Amino acid sequence: MYRYDEFDHALVQDRVTQFRRQVERRMKGEISEEQFRPLRLMNGLYLQLHAYMLRVAIPYGTLDSRQMRKLAYIARRYDKGYGHFTTRQNIQYNWPKLEETPDILAELAEVEMHAIQTSGNCIRNVTSDQYAGAAKNEIEDPRIWCEIARQWSTLHPEFSFLPRKFKIAITGCENDRAAVKVHDIGMIMKRGAAGEVGFEVLVGGGLGRTPFVGKTIREFLPKEHFLSYMEAILRVYNQLGRRDNKYKARIKVTLHETGKEEFTRLVEEEWEAIKDSTLKLPKEEVDRIAAHFHPPAWKALPNDAPTCDSRAASDPEFAAWLRHNVEEHKTAGYAIVNISVKPPGEPPGDVTDVPMEAMAEMADAYSFSELRVTHVQNVTLPHVEKEQLPALFDDLAKHGLATANVGLVSDIICCPGLDYCALANARSIPVAQELTKRYTLERQQEIGDMQIKISGCINACGHHHVGNIGILGVDRKGEEHYQVQLGGSASEDASLGKIIGRGFTQDEVIEVVDKLLDTYLELREGEEAFIDTYRRVGMNPFKERVYGTA
Amino acid sequence: MALLERKDGAAAVIEDRFTRVDDEAALPVGPVIVSLSRFQAEREALLARDADLGVWLDSDESPSEIAGDLGKLAVVACNFPAFNDGRGFSYARLLRERHGYEGEVRAIGEVMLEQAPFMARSGFSTFELGDVSDVAEFKAVIEEVRTVYQPTGDGRETALQRRLGR
Repeated sequence: MYRYDEFDHALVQDRVTQFRRQVERRMKGEISEEQFRPLRLMNGLYLQLHAYMLRVAIPYGTLDSRQMRKLAYIARRYDKGYGHFTTRQNIQYNWPKLEETPDILAELAEVEMHAIQTSGNCIRNVTSDQYAGAAKNEIEDPRIWCEIARQWSTLHPEFSFLPRKFKIAITGCENDRAAVKVHDIGMIMKRGAAGEVGFEVLVGGGLGRTPFVGKTIREFLPKEHFLSYMEAILRVYNQLGRRDNKYKARIKVTLHETGKEEFTRLVEEEWEAIKDSTLKLPKEEVDRIAAHFHPPAWKALPNDAPTCDSRAASDPEFAAWLRHNVEEHKTAGYAIVNISVKPPGEPPGDVTDVPMEAMAEMADAYSFSELRVTHVQNVTLPHVEKEQLPALFDDLAKHGLATANVGLVSDIICCPGLDYCALANARSIPVAQELTKRYTLERQQEIGDMQIKISGCINACGHHHVGNIGILGVDRKGEEHYQVQLGGSASEDASLGKIIGRGFTQDEVIEVVDKLLDTYLELREGEEAFIDTYRRVGMNPFKERVYGTA
Repeated sequence: MALLERKDGAAAVIEDRFTRVDDEAALPVGPVIVSLSRFQAEREALLARDADLGVWLDSDESPSEIAGDLGKLAVVACNFPAFNDGRGFSYARLLRERHGYEGEVRAIGEVMLEQAPFMARSGFSTFELGDVSDVAEFKAVIEEVRTVYQPTGDGRETALQRRLGR
């Protein structure tokens, strides 16, 4: 993975000094909260319902064991012993003291981490596929380009006061695990006519109160123009994006109101003027960054794994974990392991310090010290020897980290909701907790692939628009209510869910999920997943079951 | 309000020799800065005056509107109606890098000290800063972060250039 050189180090250190100065000015009352607000936001520090919240970037979701230990230490030393992994490969601390936040940033800088641009109207943490560098059908490791984008976007002088926040996701695979189609810019690596590698460029995807699936504005962008094309998109957006209404300020609305054709024309015109400028990346620098992402020293192993197979044959729990949490690796004899941090009854994404440290230990023991965090709020060990899987499973189980529910009904995406968030209309965590406790593992496995996504307000941090079942918390005359949507997907077949009908109370919404699942099980054909059944039969059968009438 | 200047790595408080003139007001003697609409309406007369001339652009007025006259303008000011209206950052870069403008580019309106580093990098050379008058503070803030990644027209050596030069 990428290691800072002296220039990267200098930047994060200077940034800590700068923020320390800004916090001191605030503590002394030299600047008001109003003046301090934009400054703290540029370092990921929010003021929430009960306390400050610090959001730390885990660039493109990759971290090593040393960094994970630091995150655990920060949780214990500066917070209440836990952190929350978000849908954008960040970690949030919910209870830091303002005066200690510069110290936290200094701790992070020691391990080459930061909180720069994790909030504010700027280019946010660039996200990617958690299987990058390990996925079977990957064209190229997308993290090389994520790191190039990270550096380019960090303290970008022109794009730090955009109309609204700006999110970029890059994947190196056709299989989209990074939800690139619901980002302001999504880049999908692909091959051109002569086999050369480049990107398909999508713009204007996003969730929130006006959800859109991104649109392709360029079918193929040669790699060398990666930065100039993004700069062109951002420059057009910075000048054209609406600033009169924050709800219409995202690039998805700019694209929609300008029209794809005209917007594309403007971008291409701007790009023509800058494509051969100093933004064109020299091969030397791409190679320097790419060298950091060279594969670890995998052993030459046979692909069959007798120890693993015999354990699976005799231990159904292990077999279930293998089936749901372990994925094929591109190298013979290795596997990708997903650690579910969503045991029954726990808030999705919350992890305490001890399991964090345990995962760091296991990364050292089994996965070349490497970990990933995923947009579905789990943790991945990318390079595990298959023959080590039984031992790893046992270690995970000791720490309560062996829940075999990845991709199943209890693998819920959920925002912090009204328990923490100043914007929320309703609590989302209790709904998630109830649903994760509700179904036995056998029942979940019978249901199969299922993405339930829960947001506590229309800002959609819990991605409810792209849940197979999406649940949205709303305020109805001062009471928490929940709307249900069906048919969303965040994958390569991205689609937005449709509202089924009038909303429900918290108790009702749980029963509604029961009914939706029952309906699906009755209607499904063969191995069909929920989303495919829904796409085949439509909304009506589900509606009839829930309301007694279509 | 202090006018701070950033020039060749140095910083100074300078005297503002320009008068900003309202659209309806009579022109005083000496250098003036007028709005884009006044410039467009009275272009010939303004250019014929025997004094330096500047135009200020509001945040919805692109520098392409005055591209043909830039050689005759001593200053182009970009207005920030609110600190978070960041269009001026693009305008400054376009003035310097697209139109090759070498005169004074001034940041006016709601400009915060903490934004000055971004502004300087984008091509602004002078700053009307409401919240600062101390040159030392201005200089310290503007140079606080040693590493820059993006190539802009400000001439600062980027991390990439320093890496390649190692």
